[in-house]
Amino acid sequence: MPSPTHGVHALTRRFGMLPVLVALYLGFYLLTLPLSEHGASHFLTLDNTLNILRQTAINLVLASGMTFVILTAGIDLSVGSMLAVSAVLGMLTSLPAHYPALALPVFVLAGLAMGLMNGAMVAFLGINPFVATLGTMTALRGAAYLLADGTTVLNNDIPSFEWVGNGSLLAIPWLVWLAAGVVLASWFILTRTILGLHIYAVGGNAQAARLTGIRVGLVLLFVYAISGLFAGLAGAMSASRLYGANGHWGTGYELDAIAAVVLGGTSLAGGIGSIWGTAIGALIIGVMNNGLTIMGVSSFWQYVAKGIVIVLAVILDKWRQQHHDRH
Amino acid sequence: MGEVILEMIGISKHFGATRALDRVSLAARSREVLALMGENGAGKSTLMKILSGIYPPDAGEIRLAGQRVRLDTPAAARRAGINLIYQELSVVPNLSVAENIFLGAEPRTRFGGVDHARMRHATQRLLDQLDARFDPHTPAHKLSVANQQQVEIARALAQQSRVLIMDEPTAALSKHESERLFAMIAALRNQDIAIIYISHRMEEVSQLADRIIVLRDGGQVGHFARGDCSPRQLVRLMVGRPLDDIYPPPSDTAQGPVKLEVLNLGGGKVASASFQVRAGEILGLAGLVGAGRSELARLIFGADAKQRGTLRLDGAPIDIRSPRDAMRHGIGYVPEDRKSQGLFLQLTMQANTTMNVLREHARGGVLDLPALRTLTRQAIARLAIKAPDEAGRVAGLSGGNQQKVLLARWLAIRPRVLILDEPTRGVDIGAKAEIYRLIHQLAHQGVAIVCISSELAEIVGISHRVAVMRAGRIAGELRGKQISPESIMMLASPRFSAHASS
Repeated sequence: MPSPTHGVHALTRRFGMLPVLVALYLGFYLLTLPLSEHGASHFLTLDNTLNILRQTAINLVLASGMTFVILTAGIDLSVGSMLAVSAVLGMLTSLPAHYPALALPVFVLAGLAMGLMNGAMVAFLGINPFVATLGTMTALRGAAYLLADGTTVLNNDIPSFEWVGNGSLLAIPWLVWLAAGVVLASWFILTRTILGLHIYAVGGNAQAARLTGIRVGLVLLFVYAISGLFAGLAGAMSASRLYGANGHWGTGYELDAIAAVVLGGTSLAGGIGSIWGTAIGALIIGVMNNGLTIMGVSSFWQYVAKGIVIVLAVILDKWRQQHHDRH
Repeated sequence: MGEVILEMIGISKHFGATRALDRVSLAARSREVLALMGENGAGKSTLMKILSGIYPPDAGEIRLAGQRVRLDTPAAARRAGINLIYQELSVVPNLSVAENIFLGAEPRTRFGGVDHARMRHATQRLLDQLDARFDPHTPAHKLSVANQQQVEIARALAQQSRVLIMDEPTAALSKHESERLFAMIAALRNQDIAIIYISHRMEEVSQLADRIIVLRDGGQVGHFARGDCSPRQLVRLMVGRPLDDIYPPPSDTAQGPVKLEVLNLGGGKVASASFQVRAGEILGLAGLVGAGRSELARLIFGADAKQRGTLRLDGAPIDIRSPRDAMRHGIGYVPEDRKSQGLFLQLTMQANTTMNVLREHARGGVLDLPALRTLTRQAIARLAIKAPDEAGRVAGLSGGNQQKVLLARWLAIRPRVLILDEPTRGVDIGAKAEIYRLIHQLAHQGVAIVCISSELAEIVGISHRVAVMRAGRIAGELRGKQISPESIMMLASPRFSAHASS
């Protein structure tokens, strides 16, 4: 195993939040039992499990990109706005008057282009990532509204990418396959390639990385670019699912993505973390959203509960690691 | 020598299966300096952490002035009058000297506000007592490390400290600053306070200590009054095996042709420097802190931009604009501060040792993991790196082993020129000897080595030739019998050289 965490360390780190996920899952099962007829839970069904996965897919794709960025001690606040811009651009492309067949590449390449822009600002102009992406988050949100002309771009005839949000393969939605593919690809890059190791190195100690010949600027450019690329893919996923796009889409998604990454045990200080952690973090958020909705909890309370769980989970993780370190 | 202030009796401490301390006892008296010596990992730090309330002991008791005490928290230890001055200083940078000294114990006015006048007077008194020449109003971050240390000592005095523990206090000080510290400690000795001085520097201990306790592997292996034990004996006790000489005998390798030639190199703190190193030669680069030695190394390595000058490798001019360029030419640089500039502390030993040669062990950017693992195992064997867990983070290794990991990374590129910046700083004496052997072995294989060091003994011990820097220039070169601590100091210090040149 080349990954920077190994053996027992890796197990506790990688599966750090898995017990929380399992506990939440079982907890919701027990809580939803009384609400169900015939003693069977609405929560613990194959359908609902697929539902959770489908609802989690978009956040998981965004969170995967976010994991790359946070591993370099950066942050990408613009993922929600990039999602909106690429969704609107893709939907516009899909209109009969334009180039319906090119919609899918437009979604993804638009995201990539915006990500490269973030990366260039951070890597070559030396702008603080929080500030740079706060700027693009705001500006791109405006751009999304302008491109959509303040309305929703609708198109019910999207043969070239309808499958993305609505099709299935082997009874599992494409949304889920795509998210799984993104996680696998991220895992491969982070643990099996030179680039991956360089990402951990830059996040862990940028100065040492430079003194060891790593091209820090290119590594930073890459992580923001891939975050943008994944945001573009997420744009395609949501536009396809809803046959439309508008400037408001994806608002606040960056926070769910960051929450998933942090829940997964990735350090905001950079250099420590894994994509599996992020996947578990995203699933925890997905299970919470789904379970609370089934239980009929109002969305206001859902926010409160989600916030509390995020903080508690991270406290738990910190506590566990302290005990682990102090062997 | 005064009465016994502090006694630690039969202190034991285990961490998991590791025995950190085994029934260690000591007594510290007022009006004396007790030195605690030992290699890294001998148990010095654990003992002091128990004393400062950070760890509870598994067994044994602590007595202050004959009374048994429990030191469960750092606050309890401080209340009991035990103050520890860490290697890493803990002044609050944006508070003034006076505010730092009285932090949490500010004198109050009748109305409950902070009595600034009284605080300043008290601070001035303390500073005078320590012969410290800075103003109580100065923000702490404007002070040098040595002065910040004085602030911490003043704080301990202000709190009526009865036991003052100093952990490697000279690690970050220049020679001059260290001497002032020693004078200060000597002055403190006249007060009703017990001083425990932790160090593994022989000269300091023999200069300062009234008594010396030597720890090894968690146990006490020696207890001497001043002068009862020679430095050689102390080293032997600390290391636990006879150590003929930590410096390998000077090799009479026939040195090869000139490998690296530096011509009028300048930029930043470096005015203009020229020197050569031959294949198989160890060139010591000496000088005072601030003379520009590390800066010169960084210019050669491309870490900082040079403003003038040229470099030649094997006689041919080379253009180095970045560390990558330097590495391509086979030039390696092991930086002075391994934690902030060298290691990736949260990554594994494998990642750290192979980081420079990933490309040679990858296909299309995908790592050849078995090859990297083999490479790591070889490095561990070659450098005798002791790691509890091969897959663990390097943060958990001792200083010596961390340094070896960093060396392994640079050996992996099979360097032609290797620049070592303070290669044994913070490394225990056993690992030091191993590192020196390794440096000689590399030279023997034809590597041109430039070794920067602030330890004169080290420079004298390992160099074939010494270049001395002063104020951004090479002030002179010494070779063979000319190399001595005195001749190096003559060249390095501005005062002496002014005499020499006039």
